[in-house]
Amino acid sequence: MLRFIRETYAIVAVELIKLIRDPTELVSRAIQPLLWLVVFGQVLAHVRGIHTGQVNYLAFITPGILAQSILFSAIFYGIAIIWERDLGVVHKMLVSPAWRTSLVFGKAFAAGFRGIIQMVVIYLVASVMHVSIRLDPLILLAVLGSVMLGSGIFATFSLIIACIVKTRERFMGIGQLLTMPMFFASNAIYPIAMMPGWLRIAAQFNPLTYLIDALRGLVITGGTSIYGFGVDFAVMFTIFAVLLFIAVKLYPTLAE
Amino acid sequence: MNTTISEIPDRFAIQTSALTRQFGRLTAVDHIALKVRYGEIFGLLGANGAGKSTMIKMLTTLLPPTSGSAEVGGFDIVQSPSEVRRRIGYVSQLLSADGALTGFENLQLSARLYGLSKPEGKDRIRDALNFMGLTDSATRLVRTYSGGMIRRLELAQAMLHRPAILFLDEPTIGLDPVARHTVWDRLLDLRHHYGMTVLITTHDMEEAEMLCDNIAILHTGKVSVMGKPDELRASISQDATMDDVFAHYAGGAIHENGMFGDVARIRRTAQRLA
Ligand SMILES: Nc1ncnc2c1ncn2[C@@H]1O[C@H](COP(=O)(O)OP(=O)(O)O)[C@@H](O)[C@H]1O
Ligand SMILES: [Mg+2]
Repeated sequence: MLRFIRETYAIVAVELIKLIRDPTELVSRAIQPLLWLVVFGQVLAHVRGIHTGQVNYLAFITPGILAQSILFSAIFYGIAIIWERDLGVVHKMLVSPAWRTSLVFGKAFAAGFRGIIQMVVIYLVASVMHVSIRLDPLILLAVLGSVMLGSGIFATFSLIIACIVKTRERFMGIGQLLTMPMFFASNAIYPIAMMPGWLRIAAQFNPLTYLIDALRGLVITGGTSIYGFGVDFAVMFTIFAVLLFIAVKLYPTLAE
Repeated sequence: MNTTISEIPDRFAIQTSALTRQFGRLTAVDHIALKVRYGEIFGLLGANGAGKSTMIKMLTTLLPPTSGSAEVGGFDIVQSPSEVRRRIGYVSQLLSADGALTGFENLQLSARLYGLSKPEGKDRIRDALNFMGLTDSATRLVRTYSGGMIRRLELAQAMLHRPAILFLDEPTIGLDPVARHTVWDRLLDLRHHYGMTVLITTHDMEEAEMLCDNIAILHTGKVSVMGKPDELRASISQDATMDDVFAHYAGGAIHENGMFGDVARIRRTAQRLA
């Protein structure tokens, strides 16, 4: 266990150093959620075409946009891995006796920090726009946990795709192909109840849906989780465990 | 070159038997059997595409063999990969030091991945920087290093955990003559100080002659000849050079070989080094 923590820490430390040294990517990733909230959210809030229960539309989509930005910033982790492969960094990791699980988990964990930065940005923007955010420490802790878990899920998913496609060009194509449908087949910007039947089914197999459902119950005042936190977290932990297992099996093939 | 390192009798640092790797229908390494003694610098020579990197990747547990077997440091590469990993260091033919980190941070990552304790890691990092002449550049980002400095940093990383066996895949490719000689000097020092066994691949005859106690020349995945450099020269003619040896055993002159992909890759590495 100690060894696992030490090795994971080695990976996380490197990622954090890079993140702090070159925050341009973070800034550019923060722009998209900003547009969604400020432009899309405000316009649709005026239309009043989407029934979001007790909370207003802007508050409704705030957790959805948070989840979306977690997805988008974590999914491009795969690009970074492919880059590391081209440079030979992956090879260096893999000849070390470090557990492959630590190497992959370290990446997933580091992705969580990117997610947290997105969270801070969205909390700030939402507050400015008078969305009522819940700030009790325990709730914030639960949100942090969900953000870390969600980032871990999508980063690991992205790593698996990187291990399969192995080149940047192909990854870019597949990345686009997967992220947009995942976003639209979720409860991010409309409630599941409004979806046509086929989309509702798709949404139920979408990990993003459960992340958003949990966040909706945690982030905003008056928000509710439809499935319940128990279901949300059980689903997310299971998905993460399965993805981690697959990624640990595939990661070593990057050095071949 | 005489070896003064205590050799363990009857045991080899590296021992392969019918080691084979196929990529689809291509047999990149074809039933290779070789033995490398402890303390020896062994050169794996061959034109681009001969199978050198594939061989090294198998021996360093990065790539599973299709068939055959190999022992490195006394452990089977397929049965006990983590035992093998503990005993080896590896510098890939790519420039694998992380440009976004400083030299010190690169070494720190290695120290942590290899489970060195904090004080031990600190001492060794300081020694390694010193040994490689990088102490003054330790806090600079590696992307500002010259190619020779990056190679020396990578050597430092690869030896931090004092491996018994060091694998170097074309360590001087793309370096200018001065940087190249510095790397050679460091390598010979390493062997002298720590008694490391070194397996090095190259297609540079001067390098092979300068460093290696024994060499094997690969051609299309097979060993076409094995021996000491002067023995191999003598086998051709009295005044044969190593280039003649290579031309004779590696299927043509050095520079005519190589497929486009290999050439492009080498250019890329060379550009990063420039
Ligand atoms: N991952 C791979 N997939 C398919 N073919 C490969 C792969 N790696 C190497 N090869 C092929 O195997 C042959 C030997 O390559 P390599 O071991 O890299 O040669 P060298 O290092 O001697 O230049 C080459 O023809 C190369 O194209
Ligand atoms: Mg090669």
